[in-house]
Amino acid sequence: MITEAPAGAARVAASLPKAATGISGLDEITDGGLPRGRPTLVCGSAGCGKTLLAMEFLIRGATQFGEPGAYITFEETEEELAQNVRSLGHDVERLIAEGKLAFDHVHVERQQIEEAGEYDLEGLFLRIGLAIDSVGARRVVLDTIESLFSGFSNPALLRAELRRLFRWLKDRGVTAVITAERGEGALTRQGLEEYVSDCVLLLDHRVQQQVSTRRLRVVKYRGSGHGTNEYPFLITEQGISVLPVTSLGLSHKVSSERVSTGVARLDAMLDGGYYRGSSILVSGTAGSGKSSLAAHFAAAACKRGERCLYLAFEESQAQIVRNMRSIGIDLQPWLARGLLHLEASRPTSQGLETHLAQVHQRVSELKPQAIIIDPISSLAAAGPSLDTEAMLLRLIDFLKDRGITAMLVSLTSGDGALEATEYGVSSLIDTWIVLRDIELAGERNRGLYVIKSRGMHHSNQIREFLITSQGIDLLDVYVGPEGVLTGSMRIAQEAREKAAALGRRQQVERRERELAVRRAALRAQVLALEQELKAIDEEARITSAESAAAEGVRAGERTAAAARRGGEEGDPE
Amino acid sequence: MRPSANDEERWVLRLYTAGQTPKSVAAFENLKRICDEHLPGRYEIEVIDLMKNPRLAKEDQIVAIPTLVRKLPDPLRKIIGDLSDVDRTLVGLQLRPAFQVRRP
Repeated sequence: MITEAPAGAARVAASLPKAATGISGLDEITDGGLPRGRPTLVCGSAGCGKTLLAMEFLIRGATQFGEPGAYITFEETEEELAQNVRSLGHDVERLIAEGKLAFDHVHVERQQIEEAGEYDLEGLFLRIGLAIDSVGARRVVLDTIESLFSGFSNPALLRAELRRLFRWLKDRGVTAVITAERGEGALTRQGLEEYVSDCVLLLDHRVQQQVSTRRLRVVKYRGSGHGTNEYPFLITEQGISVLPVTSLGLSHKVSSERVSTGVARLDAMLDGGYYRGSSILVSGTAGSGKSSLAAHFAAAACKRGERCLYLAFEESQAQIVRNMRSIGIDLQPWLARGLLHLEASRPTSQGLETHLAQVHQRVSELKPQAIIIDPISSLAAAGPSLDTEAMLLRLIDFLKDRGITAMLVSLTSGDGALEATEYGVSSLIDTWIVLRDIELAGERNRGLYVIKSRGMHHSNQIREFLITSQGIDLLDVYVGPEGVLTGSMRIAQEAREKAAALGRRQQVERRERELAVRRAALRAQVLALEQELKAIDEEARITSAESAAAEGVRAGERTAAAARRGGEEGDPE
Repeated sequence: MRPSANDEERWVLRLYTAGQTPKSVAAFENLKRICDEHLPGRYEIEVIDLMKNPRLAKEDQIVAIPTLVRKLPDPLRKIIGDLSDVDRTLVGLQLRPAFQVRRP
C-alpha cells in the first residue's frame, strides 16, 4: 500500500493538463506549458518582458493552438499594445478582427473617482467575462492587475476581490496569466503570489558588469516537475526565446564519420579528421594561427556543401575574408553561396546569456553542420568566469546534441600553462589542439600538437605549423639529441645534416676508389705472378726437354765411342 | 469649486449595477434620497444593469459596482460604492466642497 502512494502521485503529476505557450524554450522548462485552467503569475521588475511574454502566450495560443484569448490590460491601451507586438511580427488587429483575440483596457483614474460606501469589482468581472465570451477565450491575460491598487483606496477589499477573481477564473476553466511588478523582498508588490499559487514565473533583467541579461525562473509549479534554474531569455524579432539549460544528459547521438580539418597533414595526425558532431578546442597564444586553422575548417566544411556558422568576436567579416585570402583561403564564394555565415559582433555588447541565446537561435534557424566560435575567450570578457564556464558547457552540450561539429577557438595568455586556462571546458572537448609558439634562437615559430582526441589514434608528435600563402602546412619538427628544433634552427640543422651526409658519402667514395686502386694493383700483381709462374713452368719444361736431349746425345756418343773402340772391349752387339 | 450649481441646471445621473444586489438597491435608495434633498425636480437617474448589458461596462470604463456617473453637468464624475457615505457622495457630485468633509 505504501508503495502505491508515490505511484499514484506520479500519475496525477503526469496527467496535470498543460497549455503549451508556444514560446520557444518555455514549454521545455515547464514540461509542457502552463497549468491548464489555472492562473499563472508572471512577476518581474519594470521592463523585464512580462507583457511580451503574456502577449505571446495569447497570440501563440490563438494562432498555433486554436485557443482564442482575452487580454485585459490595466496599463497600456489596445493601440499601444498592438504597436508593441507589431514590431515582433504579430498582427494583433487581424487576430481581433478574426475573433481570435479580445481586448479590454481597464482604466482606473483615481482622481475622477470618489468612494462613498461599499462596493465590489463586479464590473471588472463582467468585463473579463464579456471579453472571454466574445471570442470563446481559453486563455486570459491580466496585465498588470496590481494597477488596481493605485486606483482604489481599500486594499483589504481589493485583496478579497482578487482572491474571488482568481477563483472565478479557475471556475471558468481558462488558463490565465497574471502579471505583477516585483516587490521589495517579495515576489510581487501586493503579495499576489499568495492568491495565485499554482505556477509562478519570475522574470529578471539584471545588469552585471555593465552587461544586461534577461533571465526567467520557474519559482513554483504546483503538481509538476520543472527546471529550477535561471534560464536566460531573449526578446527577438520572433518573440521571446527562453534558453533551456541542457537537461539532456549525455545522450548525444554519436557519429563515427570523419570530417576533414581542412589541413591534410592534420587529418593524417588525427587518423582521418575530426569526428562529425564532436567538439574541437583550438587553443593557443596570440598569433599562433588559430583563426587560420578555423578558416581551413570552415572552407573544408563548405567544400563538402555543408553550412557553417562562423561567429567572430574579434574581427569583422571583411577583415577575416581579407586575412584568410592572404593565406590562400577564399571564403568569399562560400559567403556568396550562403554556405558560410560569418557573423561578427563584439562580445561585450551583450551579456553572456544573450550570446548563448543568440547562438541557440542562429543555430535553430540556420541548422549548420559546423560552427566556429572565434574566440570563446572573448566571451569571458562578457561575464564572470563561473558564468562563462557554465555557458560554454551548455553551449557545447547543445551543439553536441544537434550533432554539429563545433570548433571553439581559445586564446590563451602566454604566461600561464596552456592546458590550465580553458574555462573548465576541456573535459567536454573531444579533440584538443594546441598551437604554441616555440621560441628558440631569437625566433618564434609555431608548433602544433594534439593534446587529446577521443576515440581515435592520433599523433603524439609536435608538428611545425607553417602559414604559407597556400594555407597551412605542417612539417615534422627536428627532434634529436639537440631537442626540438624549428624554423631556421631546423633549417640549419637540416643543412648540417645534409653536409655531414655529403661528407660521409665523399669519404665512402674515396675509400671505394682506394680499394679499387688496391684491387687493381693486386690484380696486376696476381697477373705478374701468374706470368712469372708461367715462365717458370716454361723454363721447367724446356729444362727437362733439354736434359732428355742431352741424355740422348750422351748415349749416342757412347755408342759411337764403343763403335770406335770396336772389339777392344769385345762388346757383343 | 462650484457648490450647488445654478438652480436651472439639469442633472443626468447614471447608476451602474450588476443585478439586484443589496449594495445596488442601497445605492439607488441613497442616491434618490440625496437627489430629492439637493436637486429637487431637476435630476434624472438612469439605472444600468450591466448583467443585462455588459458591453457598457467596457464602454464607460466601469470596474467597481455600484458606480454612479454624473453625466451632466460637465465634467464627468464617478462615485463608487453604495453611497451610504452621504458626505463623500456630495463631494463626489460636487454638491459640497471637499474641505467640508473630514477625510479619514
